[in-house]
Amino acid sequence: MLSKDILAKMKIQSMIDQYPFIVSFLKDNQLDIAGYEEETWYHFLSSMSEQTKEEQTIDTDNLMEASVAYINEMLRFLGLDEESTVQSLTIIAGKDKDGRSEGFDRIKINKSEIVSIVGPTGSGKSRLLADIEWTASKDTPTDRAILINDQTPDKKWRYSTGNKLVAQLSQNMNFVMDLSVQEFLELHAQSRLVENEKETIQRIIEAANKLAGESFDLDTPITSLSGGQSRALMIADTAILSTSPIVLIDEIENAGIDRKKALNLLVSSDKIVLMATHDPILALMADKRIVIKNGGINKVIETNEEERRMLTELEKVDRMMQNLRNHLRLGEQLKLNLLDRNL
Amino acid sequence: MNVVTIAGPPSSGKTAVILKTVHAMKNRGIRVGVVKFDCLYTDDDSLYDKAGVPVRKGLSGALCPDHYFVSNIEEVVQWGIKEKLDLLITESAGLCNRCSPHIKGITAVCVLDNLSGINTPKKIGPMLKFADIIVITKGDIVSQAEREVFASRVRTVNPKAITMHMNGLTGQGAYEFSTVLYNEEQNIQTVKGKQLRFSMPSAMCSYCLGETRIGEAYQLGNRRKIKLGDDDVK
Repeated sequence: MLSKDILAKMKIQSMIDQYPFIVSFLKDNQLDIAGYEEETWYHFLSSMSEQTKEEQTIDTDNLMEASVAYINEMLRFLGLDEESTVQSLTIIAGKDKDGRSEGFDRIKINKSEIVSIVGPTGSGKSRLLADIEWTASKDTPTDRAILINDQTPDKKWRYSTGNKLVAQLSQNMNFVMDLSVQEFLELHAQSRLVENEKETIQRIIEAANKLAGESFDLDTPITSLSGGQSRALMIADTAILSTSPIVLIDEIENAGIDRKKALNLLVSSDKIVLMATHDPILALMADKRIVIKNGGINKVIETNEEERRMLTELEKVDRMMQNLRNHLRLGEQLKLNLLDRNL
Repeated sequence: MNVVTIAGPPSSGKTAVILKTVHAMKNRGIRVGVVKFDCLYTDDDSLYDKAGVPVRKGLSGALCPDHYFVSNIEEVVQWGIKEKLDLLITESAGLCNRCSPHIKGITAVCVLDNLSGINTPKKIGPMLKFADIIVITKGDIVSQAEREVFASRVRTVNPKAITMHMNGLTGQGAYEFSTVLYNEEQNIQTVKGKQLRFSMPSAMCSYCLGETRIGEAYQLGNRRKIKLGDDDVK
């Protein structure tokens, strides 16, 4: 941990050499250090005129503390990979809305595992997710407890901004920035301090195009991507660039995206995948499913052999539908033989 | 009594955040009241009313809303005490990005939304920079990547604050926010003598006093000229 006293006496140039990421802190706080490289950080801050401070709404002490907090947070963020990979997530039962015990003792989900969540709207799916995100320890309305790697998790998961436990993908999500795919991915990569930016961006666009029905390139504006393309880019980006070890998916629509490949991509990136869905194909792709009722987990069902056999059939139907869609897209007349599921 | 100042740009979701948080606090037996500050109009008070939350509103009208806020905050605190509140929340729209309502020794919250654009954190002054807790809303409608980029931009501007995400529609995150908001040990009886965390925006020019005519001759007092290029007249 860097202390305030040490940073205050550091020359600005050596601060930049040692903590290169401080450049974005200086930039975002509109601090022009040109000509002050050989001065100390403290000297720079205290030599600002009252007028400059007033105009840029700067308080010297506050900014000093902020810079120390920023560097320490970034150092923690960078050192994360080694110390805190999430191998497993365990949910320990609490109670439902009426205070009755939930219908299980504990569920352990390992990385690269898919679990689906089923239950009517308002049954408590959001609460379950919030419990996981907050690493509940019998201190939320459900009384559930969450373990990470079989242990009571560090409270850092609650307050860390750079490293959230859960990444979310939902049906309602859209891109809102006015950027091309390339600019967008660069921005995300920079915020993550990724070293091999170019290569990472290439990997994401390739992965996204494998998922999307219609391909797109790096110059496409993100706001003009189709629903399927957007979803494909979001999934590829989350799989490859997001630090969050757990991904929550709220339905993936059927059109314009290969859902099986999408899940495989997430799983192959060592993510734990939780998926709220009532689509039989998605639900049966999961190893188990959590049934939510009245605010609590009612039971946990393992996907059995019969269901797996059904999945194979359902996938055939799904492929047939995709195929019909493609024929329509190409402007063709549809033929009855296209209904053959084994085509 | 606990006092919390909640500020944030218009339509960022402050009222939704407060309503969901009050709901999450209900079971803990904490009595919460809200005073809503706005400029020309608000009907948010009826939303609080409907939720059974004691509420008062203050409209600043032609005055700078920030100045109006600070001139009335002590009266508001006394109202809260009279109402026997455990937690008094003041909600004020940061109508200009230079708003600075936070007070030393009083928990300060800034509400921002993911839709406002990734440069927004850079544009907002003391309301964000001097907050203790930052709540980011509307995360359910933008991509994961945009959420991550937005949060990292917030962090560069205020790395000291606790940053939380909340969904104002479903209330996801509200319970968690409520646990960091209320502190049993805090007991505020008055804010008299306390200080703002940063000075408020100021002006004092002829237009503050009702001037409506345009032109150099009518500009008196504290004023500043725009810099347009090399030809600017000093």
